Amino acid sequence: MEIAAAVASGAVAQNARTYHRVTDLRARGEPFTWVLGGALCLGIVMIVGFLLLVLWNGFLTFVPRPVAVVTTTAGKVSAGEVARTDTFRPAPDALAKLAPDAQEKIKKAEGFAGRTLYRIGNFDLYSEDFRWIDDNEIKSTEYPKNIVYVERQEWGPFIGTVKAITLDGKPAEGTDFSAPAVASAYSEALARGKRVREIERDEIGNVNHEVERARLAVRKAELKSGRDSQAYKDAAAHFEQLSVDSRGEYERLTAEVQRLRSINDKFTVTFAEIGGREKTVPMVNIVRAYMPNDLSFAQKVGVYFSRWGEFLISEPREANTEGGVFPAIFGTLAMTLLMVIAVAPFGVMTALYLREYAKQGRLVAFVRISVNNLAGVPSIVYGVFGLGFFAYVIGGSIDQLFYPERLPNPTFGTGGLLWASLTLALLTVPVVIVATEEALAAVPRSMREGSLACGASKWQTIRNIVMPRALPGVMTGIILAMARGAGEVAPLMLVGVVKLAPELPIDGHFPYVHLERSFMHLGFHIFDVGFQSRNSEAGKPMVFVTTVLLITLVAVMNAAAIIIRNRLKRRFVGSQF
Amino acid sequence: MALATATASASTAQPVPQSLHFDDTVVHVKRGTQGVVLDIKNLDLFYGASQALYGVNLTVEQGMVTALIGPSGCGKSTLLRCINRMNDLVDNIKITGSLSLHGENIYARGADVIALRKRMGMVFQKPNPFPMSIFENVVYPLRIDGVRDKNILQETCERALKGSALWNEVKDRLDQNALGMSGGQQQRLCIARAIAADPEVLLMDEPCSALDPIATAKVEELIHQLSGTYTIVIVTHNMQQAARVSDNTAFMYLGRLIEYGDTEVIFQNPLAQRTQDYVTGRFG
Repeated sequence: MEIAAAVASGAVAQNARTYHRVTDLRARGEPFTWVLGGALCLGIVMIVGFLLLVLWNGFLTFVPRPVAVVTTTAGKVSAGEVARTDTFRPAPDALAKLAPDAQEKIKKAEGFAGRTLYRIGNFDLYSEDFRWIDDNEIKSTEYPKNIVYVERQEWGPFIGTVKAITLDGKPAEGTDFSAPAVASAYSEALARGKRVREIERDEIGNVNHEVERARLAVRKAELKSGRDSQAYKDAAAHFEQLSVDSRGEYERLTAEVQRLRSINDKFTVTFAEIGGREKTVPMVNIVRAYMPNDLSFAQKVGVYFSRWGEFLISEPREANTEGGVFPAIFGTLAMTLLMVIAVAPFGVMTALYLREYAKQGRLVAFVRISVNNLAGVPSIVYGVFGLGFFAYVIGGSIDQLFYPERLPNPTFGTGGLLWASLTLALLTVPVVIVATEEALAAVPRSMREGSLACGASKWQTIRNIVMPRALPGVMTGIILAMARGAGEVAPLMLVGVVKLAPELPIDGHFPYVHLERSFMHLGFHIFDVGFQSRNSEAGKPMVFVTTVLLITLVAVMNAAAIIIRNRLKRRFVGSQF
Repeated sequence: MALATATASASTAQPVPQSLHFDDTVVHVKRGTQGVVLDIKNLDLFYGASQALYGVNLTVEQGMVTALIGPSGCGKSTLLRCINRMNDLVDNIKITGSLSLHGENIYARGADVIALRKRMGMVFQKPNPFPMSIFENVVYPLRIDGVRDKNILQETCERALKGSALWNEVKDRLDQNALGMSGGQQQRLCIARAIAADPEVLLMDEPCSALDPIATAKVEELIHQLSGTYTIVIVTHNMQQAARVSDNTAFMYLGRLIEYGDTEVIFQNPLAQRTQDYVTGRFG
């Protein structure tokens, strides 16, 4: 307005007010820069804070902590690790019973008192794992050196002292674990325990597997040729024969298990809890025992890493709150890789048709919007679809066609690794399509024209020029899809993830890869341990450790994909000029 | 005054006013004695509703370098891209009239576009080597034809690179990525690729506009060497370049072919007023 006036009055310059151009703070946009920077900072703080919380808790979980022996004013003695502390407001009648100085202290703190949660273990004796103790009731806290912290195969940790050690039914001298006789007896007991598991799981498993196969062959022959056919009679005879044969084998193996078990029963350790009650534990059930108040730094490090090792390579126990997560790691990796194998070609082909071949019109625009909207559908809906379509319809049909002898037990007709991967592939396919389309659109027109001008057909141009050039962008899409897929839990609960799946999808029985099997998944493991277990307080640290592991796994898979992408970029994109 | 009207209408891309009357194309005697390669008759081209080429009639002589000059937006690139049907990639395009290569109408119904393009080579404004090795770039036309014979590929590569005066510079690094070359080398590589399969016509769309003067000189020298062997149609913005490299020149203006003939005549004794104004630098 002012400018217009100044220009208009240019003819009568002597009367015109001189116009000074100004640039104020608003025009410079500095406040806005601060807002933008602030938004970024907030984001970084949240992400870094979250990561720090997870990493801190996750990496500290396995550190061996000292065990405190707490005596209350009422004379009750408890021994346990400090789990956490908090403040609470004591009830008035409880407050009245306290000592006068304690009452005074609480009054000063505006009615709040402190309390500490101890992990006291010994669930088999106490029927509780954790105990709250008010700070005001504590008479004394000690850290006796002879306290032992024992991780067991059953019933969770035991905290107490060693009373006696029995080797081969005879009491051993002393209560020292590190005595050579005890140590070697312990490792022998463990070896026997391992042998028992081997026999039970592998050898008896093999026998059962053979018998089951023979039974299925009978059923198959019956379905195919009828009960009167020769094939059926042969199969039935074979099954009878095998049943008889295997019974002997089975009995031999169970006898061996019995023998080993009875030997192991003679090697025991008797512990006493802090109140004096005794508990005898077979050596084979002891996973790890240490004296938490008498550990050197090196011993602490040793316990820490031995716990990590157990966590990474062994199977879960104690309703998943203890032990390892190897099946879950394996399941997560296998599912994500299968998902990528399914989603990459499918998404890329779809995007190629949409971008390169389809006539860009209303229909294509509509398809594109629909694809984008698919990314916004709640993932549980995909889970329901996966269960209904993949498992029940397709899987059910596969069972009818190829595994009729196993019915009514479903083979593919229920949730499993394959269906979970396909469901996630469906869930993430929009990401791949959108990224691929963008990558295709970003291939310079000049390159396509160069190829077409050489007399290449459209397909040759796409295959030789466009696709290599678009590959880094496609990889970006696959990375995003992988990150989303590996972290997804809700749909998996419907299509094949279970709380405990001791059988891995790969084993020694033909056809070696069993995509129809249900599996474990780290994401579901977090949910299960944190919120579904009997002992959520004990599961909580595992939530953090498993989260650390899942984040690491996703980060490693992404890093691998990014490295591949950068290689491709260097090779195919390069620099113009 | 007429000049002012013309520039104004060009810059605003309005329909040509009735007062601005176009004469028929002025055609001089052309150089070239070996016959006609390309014969363009009454070519009209529409981008949707707007017309870009108006009844162009042009014949390209065998073995000659034919330059298309004219101000921006006059349709010279569009005309060039009609010759190998590159315009087919554009949506909403309509072409009428005929364009024959050695007497064969390339816009005939059922004409095989891919076979047609295999008979032509094209060099673009910006060098567009493919993200592969130098060797693979040059033999790309043969690769897509399915040639696997190592000897043939190597011979072709050497011949094409020698033809584009690049052999001595790259003979030791044929397996390196072409994207690592300089701009001028990249453009000569594109020329090598265009001549690798012995095209009947070589189309060049402002091949030097993205190059520095030294690289430009090299490419021009190359065009000189190629003339006689190949029939070349070159679009250029640079009138000196047209004068230097071409045998025949066509001047286009607002989608029409104004004057066409021997380069010397076009630059020294043009008949049409607009040609005169353009080549003397009064507009454009």
